[in-house]
Amino acid sequence: MLGMWVFLLTEVLFFGGLFMAYILYRGWYTEAFHEASRHLSVGWGFFNTLVLIASSLTMALAVRAGQTTNRRGQLLFLTLTIVLGTAFLGVKVIEYADKFTHHLVPGAHFAFTPSALAPGAELFFSLYFAMTGLHALHMIIGAGIMLVMLYMAWRGRFSTEWYTPLEISGLYWHFVDIVWIFLFPLLYLIGGLSVFGGGAGH
Amino acid sequence: MHDVRSTDPEGEAFQTEVQPRVHYLNATHGIAAWLLTKDHKRIGLLYLFAISVFFLIGGVFAMLVRLELLTPEGDLLSSEAYNTAFSMHGIIMVFFFLVPSIPAVFGNFFLPIMIGAKDVAFPKLNLMSWYIAMIAGFMILTTLLMGGVDTGWTFYPPYSTTGSTSNVVLAALAIFVMGFSSILTGLNFIVTVHTMRAPGMTWGRLPLFVWAQYATSLIMVLGTPVLAITLGLVFAERVFHFGIFDPKLGGDPILFQHLFWFYSHPAVYIMILPGMGVISELVAAFSRKQVFGYNFIAASSLAIAIVGFLVWGHHLFTSGQSAYAALVFSVLSFIVAIPSAIKVFNWTATLYRGSISLQSPMLYALGFIGLFTIGGLTGLFLAALGLDLHMQDTYFVIAHFHYIMVGGTLLAYLGALHYWWPKITGRLYTEGWAKVAAVTVFVGFNLTFFPQFLVGYLGMPRRYHAYVPEFQVLNVLSTAGASILAIGFILPACYLLHSLFKGEIAGRNPWGAYGLEWDTTTPPPPSNFEVTPIVTRPAYAYTHADVVEPYGGTTEGSGESGGQEVRSV
Ligand code: HEM
Ligand SMILES: [Cu+2]
Repeated sequence: MLGMWVFLLTEVLFFGGLFMAYILYRGWYTEAFHEASRHLSVGWGFFNTLVLIASSLTMALAVRAGQTTNRRGQLLFLTLTIVLGTAFLGVKVIEYADKFTHHLVPGAHFAFTPSALAPGAELFFSLYFAMTGLHALHMIIGAGIMLVMLYMAWRGRFSTEWYTPLEISGLYWHFVDIVWIFLFPLLYLIGGLSVFGGGAGH
Repeated sequence: MHDVRSTDPEGEAFQTEVQPRVHYLNATHGIAAWLLTKDHKRIGLLYLFAISVFFLIGGVFAMLVRLELLTPEGDLLSSEAYNTAFSMHGIIMVFFFLVPSIPAVFGNFFLPIMIGAKDVAFPKLNLMSWYIAMIAGFMILTTLLMGGVDTGWTFYPPYSTTGSTSNVVLAALAIFVMGFSSILTGLNFIVTVHTMRAPGMTWGRLPLFVWAQYATSLIMVLGTPVLAITLGLVFAERVFHFGIFDPKLGGDPILFQHLFWFYSHPAVYIMILPGMGVISELVAAFSRKQVFGYNFIAASSLAIAIVGFLVWGHHLFTSGQSAYAALVFSVLSFIVAIPSAIKVFNWTATLYRGSISLQSPMLYALGFIGLFTIGGLTGLFLAALGLDLHMQDTYFVIAHFHYIMVGGTLLAYLGALHYWWPKITGRLYTEGWAKVAAVTVFVGFNLTFFPQFLVGYLGMPRRYHAYVPEFQVLNVLSTAGASILAIGFILPACYLLHSLFKGEIAGRNPWGAYGLEWDTTTPPPPSNFEVTPIVTRPAYAYTHADVVEPYGGTTEGSGESGGQEVRSV
C-alpha cells in the first residue's frame, strides 16, 4: 500500500513536468492557446469525463465487493470498469482521428488559421497530444491491470481477509481518473464553450 | 608478509564456519538460479557486475578524451569524434555507473541486513529493476555501436533536437528506461525501511548508511520522473516534431534546462548522499567511536534531499534567467552547503581522539573527506554569481564536479567495496596491495584534476578538442595523472578477483565493527540471519573496551558479537 502511494507520488511529478511546460507556454501564447483550445470537442471531452467518473464509482464498488467477499459483485464491477475504460479510449481514438483530418497534428502538415497564431497553437497541440497520450497510456495499462484483477476475481482469490491487489489497483485507477479531471478543463475549457464543434471550426 | 589473519571475535563461531554451510552463494547453483534470483544479495552482485562493465566503457572514453588533450592540436580525434567521446563518457559514467553504483550494489546488499530484514519489501520488483537497467544498458550500448551521441551528457537542445547525425532518440530513451530502474529501487528502499525493520530497530538506531539511502531514495522517487518526462519530450520533439524546446517552432530551450536541472541537481545528491552514508560507517568503524552528532548527520541527509530540489537554477546563471531568480538560486545554493558542511564537521569530530586504524577502507574514507571538501568549496566559488560568469563552461567546472563525483562518490564506492568485500565474498584480500591501490588512486586523482582547476581558471573552455599551446603543460600533467589513476583502478580488480580464489576465509567480523551485517555469518545465509535479531543498542555503540586491531589481533573485551546484541526469538 505504502509502495503504491510512493509510486503515485512519482507519477504526480511525472505529469508535473508536462504541467510546468503547459503553464509556461500558456502564459506566453495565451491567445493562441485559447484559439487552439476551441478546436477541441468539449462535448466529447465532457462525455469522457462522465465516463471516467462513472468508472471510478464502479471501481470503488469492485473494491467494496472484494472487501465483502462478493465474487459476483467483483466480476460485475470490474467488467464495467473495463468497459468504461475502453469506451474512454474509443472516444480518444475518434478525437485523435479528427485532429488528423483537420491538420492539427504537429509536424509538417500542421495548418492553423489565423496563421499568426500557428506557432502557439502548434505548441498547444504538442502538449495536448503529449498529455492526453500519456494519460491514455496510463488508461491502457490500467485496463490491463483490471483484466488481471478480473482473472483473480474469477478464481475467487479476493476475500475479506485479503484483497490488497484489488485495493492497490483501485488506487491507481482513481489516480488516472484524477489526472483527467485536471486535463479536461486545462485543455478543453480555456477557450470558452463550443459544444461538439470539434476540429471543424474552419 | 601481509599480516592478515582472519580473526573472529567469537572463536567458536569461526570453528563452525569451517564446515560447509548453506549461505546465499552456495544455496542454489547455475546461471538460471542467478538470473531469476529474488535474493537482494544476489541482485546486488548482479548490479556489481553490470556496473563494473559500464565503468570500464566509460573509462575507455575518458582515456580517449585525455589522450586527445595531450597535445594542443586536435590530432587524435576529429572534433566530432571528440564530442562523441566526452558525451558518451559523461552519459555512461553518470547514468549507468554513478547513479546506480552505491544504492544498487551496496544498498541492495546491505540495507535489508542492516535493518535486520530478511529481504527488501518487494523482491520481485527488485529483480525487475535490474532487468530494466539491463534493457537500458543494452540500448545505450546499441547507441554506442551506431556511432554514439555528441550532445554532451546534458542533452541540451538545440544540440539534441536538431542535427541529424546523432542517435539522440535512442540515448534519451535509454536514460528514460534507466530512470524507471532507479525509481523502482528507491520505492523499494523507502517501503523496506518503513515496514521491514527488525524488532528494536527504531528510526533513531538506524545506521547512517540506511538514513542516507532513505534520503537518496526520496530524491530518486521525486526527481527521476521529471527527468523522464523531459527526455520524453525531447523524444517527442525529434520523432513527432513537437516544438516544445525548439525556438523555431515557438518553444523554449531554457525550459529544457529548467526541467533537466530540476532533476539533475538533486541527482548530484543521488550520487553523493549514498557515499556520505558509507563514509559515516567507515569513520565510525575505523576510529572505534560513536559517530559524533548522529542526529545531525541523519537530519542533514534529509535536509540535503529537500533543499537539493530548490537550487537547480544555479546551472542557468548564464542562460538568461532573470537577475532576481539568479540571486535567489545563488543564495539557496549557499544554504545547501550547510548540511554538507555539518557532515564534514561531524566526521572530523568523530575522528578526533578516536583510535584510528588506517586500513584500506579508511584510507578511502579519509580521501573522500579531503577531496569532497575541496570539491564543495570550489562549488561555492561557482555558486557565487560573479565568479561563475567567469568560470562557466571552463575546465574549472570539470575539475569541480570530478572532485565531487570521482573524489567523493567513487572513493566512497571503493571504500564500501573494500569494507564489505569480506562479508560479501567470505574472503579476505591482501591488505597491503589494497593500501598501495588506495594511495595510487589518491595521487593519480589529484594529479589528473588539480591541474584542471588551474587551466580552467586561466580560461581553457571545456568541450573543445584543441586548445592554445600555453595550456599544454597542465594538460600533460592531467593526462599523466589519468594514467596513474587507471592503474589505481586496475589494481583492485586484480587483487579482489585473486582473493576470490586464493584469499583467506573471512570470519564473521574481520574489522571488529558494529552493525547487524557483522553479526550474521559470513557470507550471510539466504535469509540473512539464522535467528531474527532483536536490537537493543544504538548504532555504533563503540566503547573504549572495544579497541581492536582490525584485520588482525583482537585485544580482549571486543564486543561479543561486535555489534548489537542478538537474541533469538
Ligand atoms: C578515470 C578518470 C576520469 C578522467 C580522466 C576523466 C576525464 C574527463 C575529461 C577530460 C572531461 C572533459 C570533456 C570535455 O568537456 O571536453 C570529462 C568530462 C566529464 N566527466 Fe570525466 N573523467 C574521469 C572519470 C569520470 C568519472 C568516474 C565520472 C563519473 C561521474 C566522470 C564524469 C564526467 C562528466 C559528467 C563529464 C562532462 C561531459 C560533458 O561535458 O558532456 N568522469 N571527464
Ligand atoms: Cu547543481
